[in-house]
Amino acid sequence: MDFDLTEEQRLLQDSVARLLTDRYGFEQRKAFMQSPEGWSKEIWAQYAELGLLGLPFAEDEGGFGGSNVETMLVAEQLGKAIALEPWIPTVVTGGGFLRHGATAELRAELVPQIAGGELRLAFAHTERQSRYDLNDVATTAKRDGSAWVINGRKGMVIHGDSAGKLIVTARTAGGQRDHKGIGVFLVDATGPGVTRRGYRTVDGQRAAEVEFSGAQAEAVLGSPEDGLPLVDQVVDETIVALAAEAVGCMQVAHDMTIDYMKTRKQFDRPIGSFQALQHRAADMLVQLEQARSMSYFAAMGVEERDPVERRKNMASVKVQIGRSARFVGQQSIQLHGGIAMTMEYAAGHYFKRLTVNDAMFGDADYWLRYLASSGGLVAAA
Amino acid sequence: MELRFSEAEQAFRKEVREFIAKELPQETRERMLAGKSPTKQMVVDWQRKLNAKGWATPEWPREWGGPDWTLGQRYIFREELQQAPAPQPLAFNTNMCGPVIAEFGTEEQKRRFLPRMANLDDWWCQGFSEPGAGSDLAGLKTRAVRQGDHYIVNGQKTWTTLAQHADWIFLLVRTDPAAKKQEGISFLLCDMKTPGITVRPIITIEGGHEVNEVFLDDVKVPVENLVGEENKGWDCAKFLLGNERFGQARVGASRERIRRLKTIASTESMDGGRPLMEDPDFARKVTEIEVELKALEMTVMRVIASESKRKDKKPDPATSVLKIKGTEIQQMCSELLMKAAGPYAWVDGDPEAEGSNDIDVAPDWAFGLAGVYFNWRKQSIYGGSNEIQRNIMAKAFLGL
Repeated sequence: MDFDLTEEQRLLQDSVARLLTDRYGFEQRKAFMQSPEGWSKEIWAQYAELGLLGLPFAEDEGGFGGSNVETMLVAEQLGKAIALEPWIPTVVTGGGFLRHGATAELRAELVPQIAGGELRLAFAHTERQSRYDLNDVATTAKRDGSAWVINGRKGMVIHGDSAGKLIVTARTAGGQRDHKGIGVFLVDATGPGVTRRGYRTVDGQRAAEVEFSGAQAEAVLGSPEDGLPLVDQVVDETIVALAAEAVGCMQVAHDMTIDYMKTRKQFDRPIGSFQALQHRAADMLVQLEQARSMSYFAAMGVEERDPVERRKNMASVKVQIGRSARFVGQQSIQLHGGIAMTMEYAAGHYFKRLTVNDAMFGDADYWLRYLASSGGLVAAA
Repeated sequence: MELRFSEAEQAFRKEVREFIAKELPQETRERMLAGKSPTKQMVVDWQRKLNAKGWATPEWPREWGGPDWTLGQRYIFREELQQAPAPQPLAFNTNMCGPVIAEFGTEEQKRRFLPRMANLDDWWCQGFSEPGAGSDLAGLKTRAVRQGDHYIVNGQKTWTTLAQHADWIFLLVRTDPAAKKQEGISFLLCDMKTPGITVRPIITIEGGHEVNEVFLDDVKVPVENLVGEENKGWDCAKFLLGNERFGQARVGASRERIRRLKTIASTESMDGGRPLMEDPDFARKVTEIEVELKALEMTVMRVIASESKRKDKKPDPATSVLKIKGTEIQQMCSELLMKAAGPYAWVDGDPEAEGSNDIDVAPDWAFGLAGVYFNWRKQSIYGGSNEIQRNIMAKAFLGL
């Protein structure tokens, strides 16, 4: 057991932190959000320069060979800044599909474009009826000669409006909720048969509704008949990043609240001198530390080889992170009082990201139900 | 960053587990599995086995019989004992008074007390809390007045755990009433057979006799039984209370209880003709504590890793989580075990007493589970109540 970072990891963490401290203040973030893209292309170029966009790819493919620990370190820093760029969809989720599902030729073509900052990816899985169930897929993929043709509609595709390519789940066989018969396809987002409608989400990210009418896939990722295990694996790796992002958000929301409690005076004393508020702040720290512990566990537990155990590990991460995020987020607003209700103050923005972060790929309740029905973490004697 | 136990640590865990499997008497294991405390004899016998192996005093310096383990090994050892379940080495001897004597005591005191403590030849108890000094421990009033070669001690201690078994008591007493609260306190060792000591049982809500009041009436304590300097006893107390920061998490104990709970709820306890564990609401409650326990386990690992490297004695902020979450989880386990027993949790009777289920009302697996639930409410009160923990966090870590 050793939670110390290597020299290289520390350098990575520090360089991301420095960039965001210098270039990603609250006012700057607001300006990025109001730009046409909804995020910053200059910052994206900086990420490329720091190596963040090639982070998880093998070095001989143009990446940096980072592990889940590196993903965690970067995502936590991005969380601290509530960064708006499509790093997780492109590098962690999209990157995961390429690493585990693409041919070497395809990776050789795409990884340099991603690492260089030219290509962004988005994962199109949600449908109107599916809520968080990744197996609930009505979108179809049908063979047409050597090609696959996609028809259907995906929603809430995070950063789907700016992605160059979409990674789409589509049904190749079976009924709408069958676990078998799902394929994962790479589709040119600007190609024929793809219509996108972009919009902003409550936490400042971008998303898109995407319609596929006879869109031809550029490639199949993994098995076209049995792609769900690949999806699960990539989502589990994405949960490592989401957990760390949430910890970064919680850390700032917590620190901001404590600072405010020391300076805001009522009844002629700092509000932090009142025990009722002190205990709430202590409970926030408990939740933050438990979340941080689970973020570390995510980086470790995702490497479990047995996919059933791996999924249970990640379910437990989602439960703890989601519950901590809810508590820390809500209490950061409550302890500040009215000021945190305003759009001009940062606390509310952290709360909003934490709320969306919890719900991504299923909220704490969803994963608690899953884990409970899968026998939990501890075996009976 | 390496987030797993090392191979050496895993080998150590295996060694401990095998030793326990081979040496722990079945009777002791079964009694503890049923949720009862081990008897005095069981605790003594087991500690002597551990002592013969050199494992009874993990927190002691090597020259006084400590095994020189890393914090990680100490944690693994305790976790394995808790999961077996097996008795821990008696905390008053090995975690509390022993380390204080080893740190602050004279050579003569070390020679006289430590070997007998390690072998549980003497059973020690803790004389800290008083009726007027609970969370505010430094407000204690028991007086010790120097008269020649003795201190004359007068006062009252309370919540004295297992004083009915004890041969010796370590006391915090006030030696300088004029000094500031923390500065007039001394640390004394006192033979329980000394005239003037009266032990009166306190029966707790579940009917058990675990704690006592100890009255001290002109009790003569030889001056050589003072540990450290006179009026510097608070240093000993702080050292004692801070000695094992991850001890209160009791992850292994909670894991053992969850295992027990899931076994009962999957086999014995029925609900609508199906095992209770198949009720989604109940399963979800169990899973909630499993997740919290996993997070706590990782937090303990973080504390061990940071404490192992720390030169100053300042605790990791994550430390504060351990007491609060550790006790909340244990209390929740005891509550769910009681719920699993259903109506058979209502049979009154001291779960600790031998033969208390002789009339065979409740099934054995259900008997006494409500008693444990009632008894375990103590966990968020003792060792610095969870509210005091929050005060400490607010002041020490948050600077409020």
